[in-house]
Amino acid sequence: MRSLVFWSVSALIFALGLVATKLLANEFFFFAGYAILQATIMAVAWNILGGFTGYVNFGSAGFFAVGVYTSVALNKAFDPPLIVMLLAAALIGGLIGLATGYLTLRLRGVYFAIATLAMAIVLETVANNWAYVGGATGAYILTPKTVLFFDDYIEFLFALMLLLSLGAVAIARQLQLSRIGQGLSAIRDDEIAAECMGVPTLRLKLVSTTIMGALMALAGVPYPFFVTYVDPLSAFDLTIAVNAIAMPMIGGTALWFGPVVGALLLGSVQQIVTVTVSSAVNVLIVGVLLVIFIVVAPQGIVGLIRDQWRKRRAHG
Amino acid sequence: MAEPILEIQSLSKRFGGFTAVDGVSLDLGAGERLALIGPNGSGKTTLINCMSGVLPCDAGRVVFKGRDITRLPAHRRVRLGMMRSFQIPRPFRSLSVIQNLQVPLEFAQSAGAHGRDLRADALAILVVVGFADRADARPADLTQVDLRKLELARALAAKPALLVADEAMAGLSSAEVDDILAVLFRLNEQGVAVIMIEHIMRAVMRFAERVVVLDAGKKIADGTPDRVINDPAVERAYLGA
Amino acid sequence: MDLFLNAIVSGLLLGGFYAAVSLGLSISFGQLDIVNIAHPAFVITGSYVTYMVNRALGLDPVLIGLVFSPLFFVVGAAVYYVYYVSFEKTGQEALSGLVFFFGLMFIIEISLIMVYGVDYRLVAAPYIGVTWRLGAVDLPLRMFVPFVTALIMTLAIHLFLARTFAGRAVLAVAQDRLALRLMGADPVKVKQLAFGLSIATAAVAGSLLIIIGPVEPSVDRLYIGRVFAIVVLGGMGSIGGTLVAALILGVAETFVATFYGPSWAPAVSFGILLVTLAVRPQGIFGRY
Repeated sequence: MRSLVFWSVSALIFALGLVATKLLANEFFFFAGYAILQATIMAVAWNILGGFTGYVNFGSAGFFAVGVYTSVALNKAFDPPLIVMLLAAALIGGLIGLATGYLTLRLRGVYFAIATLAMAIVLETVANNWAYVGGATGAYILTPKTVLFFDDYIEFLFALMLLLSLGAVAIARQLQLSRIGQGLSAIRDDEIAAECMGVPTLRLKLVSTTIMGALMALAGVPYPFFVTYVDPLSAFDLTIAVNAIAMPMIGGTALWFGPVVGALLLGSVQQIVTVTVSSAVNVLIVGVLLVIFIVVAPQGIVGLIRDQWRKRRAHG
Repeated sequence: MAEPILEIQSLSKRFGGFTAVDGVSLDLGAGERLALIGPNGSGKTTLINCMSGVLPCDAGRVVFKGRDITRLPAHRRVRLGMMRSFQIPRPFRSLSVIQNLQVPLEFAQSAGAHGRDLRADALAILVVVGFADRADARPADLTQVDLRKLELARALAAKPALLVADEAMAGLSSAEVDDILAVLFRLNEQGVAVIMIEHIMRAVMRFAERVVVLDAGKKIADGTPDRVINDPAVERAYLGA
Repeated sequence: MDLFLNAIVSGLLLGGFYAAVSLGLSISFGQLDIVNIAHPAFVITGSYVTYMVNRALGLDPVLIGLVFSPLFFVVGAAVYYVYYVSFEKTGQEALSGLVFFFGLMFIIEISLIMVYGVDYRLVAAPYIGVTWRLGAVDLPLRMFVPFVTALIMTLAIHLFLARTFAGRAVLAVAQDRLALRLMGADPVKVKQLAFGLSIATAAVAGSLLIIIGPVEPSVDRLYIGRVFAIVVLGGMGSIGGTLVAALILGVAETFVATFYGPSWAPAVSFGILLVTLAVRPQGIFGRY
């Protein structure tokens, strides 16, 4: 029953998004919306491994950049249709997630976290040295030629991101409600006990990292067309990694909609601050909020609400 | 004995320079009640950790139901029917009591759980351990005794052929010890072999058909409770030379 | 051949300096199991403090580092206290503790950018720019002075841990908190002391860093990989191991930079880290 509600609301949101592209004249909405949706996908993806499974990924920018550079490389090579680039990025992102996980997930979570940082820097070094995609100087990409029935490329990209976001959220929700999600919760709470209850911990952790890698890469695919100039500095930007962590942790990590709440709230705040104050302050705010929430309310906004609700149910 | 369900053959485990388990061999028959005793630090829990797959062993073999499981990951051993509870209870803190049971129900049985009503199965087990009224409570709200019972309940949920109860009664009152013993006896009646690691001699003498004694990583006695209790080597191990 | 020899010497000098930077992490991560990925951020804070005082008063950078280390010690103790109350007590350190230090690192870096901007800063000292010659080998003093300082600091920490009561308490708390309490020492205070010490070393390491080369706020990220690679490669809990691993990394990086180009250098440390984790996670001198 709840699933029906979820799918209906998702379809409604997508329809509203499409309508908005026709009605809204001010393009700023679509630029800001794109950024917030990108952050949403990253936050949702991060939370699959972070919140559901309990393993911290510091290298989200690396996975994101995999999507970015797959897009750039394929575009330069033979300009394939969008769906090909999406599939390729998901495949490569998933494989890298799998490989990083396989190398380090048999050790403690701490080593996995460090390894993700390592992987992101290794990838950034490769990107800096890979002349084909522009190396350190960067590459220029043209805005998409085909924009389907939209008036403008930015509306097309916005709608695409909206679709990808809804898809990512649906996948996260499905995962959480499934048998796998139950196993992940057990792993997060106590990995050894989970293993001793029959949960195939390594296998499930690898499923988590693979899905996370694939989703983050997907988030990066439209990026070159959005910014039209791509260089490693922007593709691997630390802000992407911090947001991917801050948004789920502030929104709430235990449930699938926590990261969405965090992304919408924090993303909107960032868009407003960047425009009105400065982008450096914006980034500082994210860091400060993250630390405050971690110390004071580690279960996030959704977690706080859930705890209140539970308390009221117990006394009511 | 008839074909043993479990054979531990010359198992050894070292931590750096320290030998925790030194060439221990042990057989267990199907449905047998065995007590594993020994002074603190004698290697009992380490032996169980190696047997269940939580730690890799440095030497020796573990054979379960005729299969060499020495290299098998822990969750596979669970699926074969080997379960253990933890000395200090390790419940899943973010899950309710009944959800805690659903994890092994979902994952620990070789037949697979699809389509079965897990909640009903879980409730049935809670009734056995006397817990059904607290099905939706969180582990944080439970008393020590309850947590111990939850540990056992989770082990039961896996429908094991062999259960290791690691100090399940430590620190409990006399009546509570009897409670836990009753659960173990009922389990054994259904054909489950039980290895009980305990310091409470009353429970050991009542429950065990056979007693194995470890001291400083080595097995020093293996026999009926009466024989072992009167063994001078065992006395020395506990009381000093 | 000359190039080869110089690469080795440069590598060793660099490695010695890396040991200074990693020393603090060897204590916090190696001994206390606290994953302080903000450690390099504290180091460059030390660099900026050195820069300011050096510019204002003209004092020797190493001296500045030493003078400020007590202040850094206090900061470290305070940070540990917050960490302990928020995460260690509640058992959340795996996820939230990690993210906490990540957030700290971020805040430090952005604050430095806001105050100093992204331009490179450097210090002035009489030995910077002087190079000794030993036969075919160059010995730039801006590398040699940090190298010597680092060795002294490593030895000092090692002696502290091995010979003093407080130091041995630190080693003990890593192994058995209960036993420590039974011996009358408060594990929390001991850990606070140790963590404060680790941040104090960051002050000195920071002064060494800015002697070796100019510094800007995002330099700390280059060192995250290096320090973790060194601590893991050396083996958790081994100060000597940290030194050896640091020398190895210094030489490896210098060789790669000399023969393949400097833009590949960051990959060396992380490559070593990944390989170590995959092949021998306890490191060279690790206990088990």
